Amino acid sequence: MVTETYQTLLSDELNRALINRLQQGLPVCSEPFQQLAEELQTTPAVILERITQFLDCGLATRFGPMFQIERAGGAFTLVATHVDEHRFDEVAAIVNARHEVAHNYRREHWLNMWFVLACEQPQQVACVLDELEKASGCEMLNFPKEQEFYVQLYLPV
Amino acid sequence: MSVQNAEQQLKFLLQQGLPLDSRPYRVLAQQTGLSEEQVLQRIQQWQQEGLIRRMGAIVDHHQLGYNANAMLVFDIPTEQVDLVGETIAASGRVSLCYRRPRRPGWHYNLFCMIHGRCRDQVLQQIAQLRQSLGLSVFPFQILFSRQQFKQCGGDYFESDAKGAANGN
Repeated sequence: MVTETYQTLLSDELNRALINRLQQGLPVCSEPFQQLAEELQTTPAVILERITQFLDCGLATRFGPMFQIERAGGAFTLVATHVDEHRFDEVAAIVNARHEVAHNYRREHWLNMWFVLACEQPQQVACVLDELEKASGCEMLNFPKEQEFYVQLYLPV
Repeated sequence: MSVQNAEQQLKFLLQQGLPLDSRPYRVLAQQTGLSEEQVLQRIQQWQQEGLIRRMGAIVDHHQLGYNANAMLVFDIPTEQVDLVGETIAASGRVSLCYRRPRRPGWHYNLFCMIHGRCRDQVLQQIAQLRQSLGLSVFPFQILFSRQQFKQCGGDYFESDAKGAANGN
């Protein structure tokens, strides 16, 4: 079972400390892993090996910079729609096929499908939503971000 | 390669992730034709400007045992919503907090995400949040997720000139 790999990894104290530390940001300097290794009392080689393991098994889905897309001229938006139960998988496939869809959740509400669109340019949002409405027959409600109250996502293990 | 193109190439490469090397910025320097010092300066500058939020890891919250996530939405009077949003964010009890527009049939204008190890824990966190921050008067709804279909980073930067135009 894949899950056992995660549990084995998470039972290791250094792994837990490293996962927590990596969520808080890595210093941008010439030898960042040296600095982490000193903090966690190990070696850069071990740190690199552990990060590789996290990525290989999917515990970490990404390692690197987190971009704020709006500052790059792009746009994120949250979209909700109601999909009839019997068509749910079909519509989910149509939505998820778009490369602009970053994630998609089924939620317990009349509006039962919620996904995030990430477009390179703000004007693409309307176009993608229009195409999705035509392809799915579902009305797409656009909830663009008007204001962000910034919280850093931190999930300690 | 011009400096502008080299910077665009750097963004494109960074999007793939930081090289797993003891000197990751030297690797990026070799790939872009910039010096390691220039790469570090650019990235530090992008961090200051807010283009890069932080350098680090995105973890799969399900794999870490955070199996429950709920979208918590509030209907807050327009003149109060920013203050309430700042208060909720500052409490550190939610993972994300955004103001979004109301829509026909949807009165909620403040959207928060809450992650927890199980549904009961999330419900408890929400009850504590509403009580401790004095939010009990505001209409709210909790939308638990039942299933996640897709999660990926989303690609923004291209390596060609079109991408360079967008990045600047």
